[in-house]
Amino acid sequence: MMKLDTVEIATNSPEQKQPYNELGLKDDEYARIKEILGRRPTSSELAMYSVMWSEHCSYKSSKIHLKQFGEKAVKSDALLVGIGENAGVVDIGQGYAVTFKIESHNHPSFIEPYQGAATGVGGIVRDILTMGARPIAVMDPLRFGLADAPDTRRVLPGVVAGIGGYGNCLGLPNIGGEIVFDETYAGNPLVNALCVGVMKHSDIKLAKAAGAGNLVVLYGAKTGGDGIGGVSVLASETFGSAGPAKRPSVQVGDPFAEKVLIECSLEIFAEDLVVGIQDLGGAGLSCATSELASAGTGGMQVYLERVPLRDDSLTPEEILMSESQERMCAIVEPTKINRFLAICKKWDVSATVIGEVTDGDRLRITWNNELIVEVPPRTVAHEGPVYNRPIQKPDYQDRIVSEKVSVPLPTDLDEIRSAILKLISSPNIADKSWVTSQYDKYVQGNTVLAQPEDSGLLRIDEVTHLGVAVSTDANARWSYLDPYEGAKLALAESCRNIATTGAKPLAVTNCLNFGSPEDAGVMWQFSETVRGLADACLELGLPITGGNVSFYNQTGAVAILPTPIIGVLGVIQDVRARTPMGFTKAGMDIYLLGREEFTLTGSEWAYLHNQRGGAAPRADLNHEARLVEVLLAGQELFNSAHDLSMGGLAASIVEAILKNGVGASIELSSTSEALFSETPGRVLVAIDPKNADALAKLSNSKTINCKKIGVTGGSELNINNAIKISIADLSKSHTEVFPKLFGNSERANRISA
Amino acid sequence: MKIGVVTFPGSLDDRDAARAIERAGGQAVSLWHNSDDLKEVSAVVLPGGFSYGDYLRCGAIASFAPIMQSIVIAANHGFPVLGICNGFQILCESHLLPGALTRNHELHFLCRDQKLRIENNNSVWTSGFKSNQEILIPLKNGEGSYQCDDAVLATLEGENRVIARYIGEDPNGSRNLIAGISNERGNVVGLMPHPEHAIESLTGPSDDGLTFFTSILHSLVGR
Repeated sequence: MMKLDTVEIATNSPEQKQPYNELGLKDDEYARIKEILGRRPTSSELAMYSVMWSEHCSYKSSKIHLKQFGEKAVKSDALLVGIGENAGVVDIGQGYAVTFKIESHNHPSFIEPYQGAATGVGGIVRDILTMGARPIAVMDPLRFGLADAPDTRRVLPGVVAGIGGYGNCLGLPNIGGEIVFDETYAGNPLVNALCVGVMKHSDIKLAKAAGAGNLVVLYGAKTGGDGIGGVSVLASETFGSAGPAKRPSVQVGDPFAEKVLIECSLEIFAEDLVVGIQDLGGAGLSCATSELASAGTGGMQVYLERVPLRDDSLTPEEILMSESQERMCAIVEPTKINRFLAICKKWDVSATVIGEVTDGDRLRITWNNELIVEVPPRTVAHEGPVYNRPIQKPDYQDRIVSEKVSVPLPTDLDEIRSAILKLISSPNIADKSWVTSQYDKYVQGNTVLAQPEDSGLLRIDEVTHLGVAVSTDANARWSYLDPYEGAKLALAESCRNIATTGAKPLAVTNCLNFGSPEDAGVMWQFSETVRGLADACLELGLPITGGNVSFYNQTGAVAILPTPIIGVLGVIQDVRARTPMGFTKAGMDIYLLGREEFTLTGSEWAYLHNQRGGAAPRADLNHEARLVEVLLAGQELFNSAHDLSMGGLAASIVEAILKNGVGASIELSSTSEALFSETPGRVLVAIDPKNADALAKLSNSKTINCKKIGVTGGSELNINNAIKISIADLSKSHTEVFPKLFGNSERANRISA
Repeated sequence: MKIGVVTFPGSLDDRDAARAIERAGGQAVSLWHNSDDLKEVSAVVLPGGFSYGDYLRCGAIASFAPIMQSIVIAANHGFPVLGICNGFQILCESHLLPGALTRNHELHFLCRDQKLRIENNNSVWTSGFKSNQEILIPLKNGEGSYQCDDAVLATLEGENRVIARYIGEDPNGSRNLIAGISNERGNVVGLMPHPEHAIESLTGPSDDGLTFFTSILHSLVGR
């Protein structure tokens, strides 16, 4: 066995070689650690710095850009807890506070789809729990390589089974998300997980270790050898095409342990037994102890040998780096520890006092009385390296933007009919029930709307009917052409999806998925995206409550399309007044709200013809804001409302028809253009004809274009009384795609939980 | 009227079941797995979820919980018990109901709105339904395929103990499309779909599920 490396030994052996490169630290970063400590780090300290200074934990490449979110932010009374804590907290009224956040688990999900996706859900749920909130729903924005690629048949079914296997077992309804396919995600699938939680204002908890003498309690699962160095090795490096297997760095989840941990923690919170709390996710104990300590006065003593282990052979370094799941760390006053431990015992949750808060400003960790870590915790948790990485617009950028989109637009009736069926059977637009039926959307009994609705809508209070809506959106194709506008358009779309259901947009979170930050072109995409999102939030008056950055989504020289996933939270005073996406009955007038323009750039129709270039549309946020106002003010008028996005009017009207099997007859001039254009800022609504004047008046008052295009009813989609497609044919094309692609592939790949 | 809802570690739909009882006009009483105290309730619901993580076999570990020892004794004396989803699995593992629930024939979790036909409205849990009434309630499970041997199947059918049957395409491979059964006496019912998630059309596909809970309350009052 390796000899224990202590502070004393480190002080006396300054020249000893250390494997900092293998742990993912660069030469200058290692030099900086030595400068901070005034000696070489012990192997345990090196382990802590390596995980905490990884890109994933330290945001070293993104920090200087993300500052804009704070600097440009609007002053919002709704924001109770902002960026920097485990998750932001928003006031939704009536004494309720809601917290929500998205995180990525992209790299582990490529290596081991089931466990990668499952622990992604587990991690974000603990983040929400840590704020003091009861988790109430999850959503999963996903991106994969081409749908018919062999590896997608390995990754997608595993990811879906993992999300379902973990989330279903926690009793969290899965209320939405997206699935988009693109060849750049082959080898770099994106598995983002969003969680929403609710609490009363007074229940907010912070990650803070204050008060000398208070106890540091580790509770939940035992610590094992899984996920060691996950953040530094996995999430912060580009996959080489022929590297060694990295599977040991992927964590293994136990959703039952997490479910019990949630209930146990909520009971502990209800009795107000903790001073501060932090979950153990990326970087494990290194992160929890250093973050808790640095948020307090800085002093903490940890007796590392007390940590309960699943595997006795783990070294102190491994214990500090382990990312074993389902663990929490709490700061508890000595007078409350007995009650704390009693609740843990009730739930059969293991709990161990591993240390105490101390005076002074050092985090000291001992191993059987030998001092192995003595560091200023802020230098570990918050004072990592900050890089201003080179930024350069990619060489190809001007060329792709100047490309003219030239795709055949069908003209004769049969061609248009075939084109519609082709579009709605494209995997990006096809019915996703094969996926979403593997998720429990009903548990907790408060789901008012769930996928495929425009946003997920949850009842918060059964008496007052207060509710929240959540949506996630991104349009990576526009971000690829213009990352600044792309970010604005994604926020606009997400807000629109909130408003179509009748909720008022309130706050924003994000998960920014990009290639390697060491590529100047990728950093340009990233910096433009952040600038766009910050500007858009300022213009729409929405605060950003937090977010996550995932870099290194890149195989060799090929980076993913820049994919900023934007999550918006909205509030609705009475969930009973929500507006669904589907036509509900015959005889309603169908209107299109928003501009009549023709945009094929980045559209599904263009992508189906391998056209990726062109100038992205510009976001008109003033128009978007006015459209949201119409949707909210006119809520009582709408029988249904559905956003137009990928696939344009053709996709949107087919989805509205198929939801409840209510047909539609519409009149279009320039039929193909009208069907396949993806001009942003449009919504399809159905109203009772008697409300026509009211709608006209309302849209006029907000200068929003409003045009009647048809009526609901019948058993087909009828265009200009010339093109007729039965609901049965629409349904077949729309629904048969996923079962055909993935129906039989999951058996071989399932690792049963 | 007090109806108990048992919480096992890993139970998920316990709060939903309690809400359904209250919505039907009853008083829901929380029962804890690790106690044998039935707290003087008049009936019990075993809710859905993944009790003890469903490790070993669904419902297997839960059948040894202290609360189940009390429930088995009471049930054998006519005490009404409704097991939903994981609760149904627990009732089979406790031998209060025959047969077993195995993995869905498609081998993955399935959540969808499911049409059922109420085949037997003589039980205390289904007395409020019309004979052969068709209802729509959520189905959500990974191991919901009802299996038993031919003799048991013949007995269930012969004694009119199939409480509800799936209508349309077979969702999970259950024998004879069985969605729910009762014991000989009719007081113990196991149901794979979730009536507690269909008590109002706002949050469920219908309010059809509420009748299970009003049925038991009426039956208890009528005693």
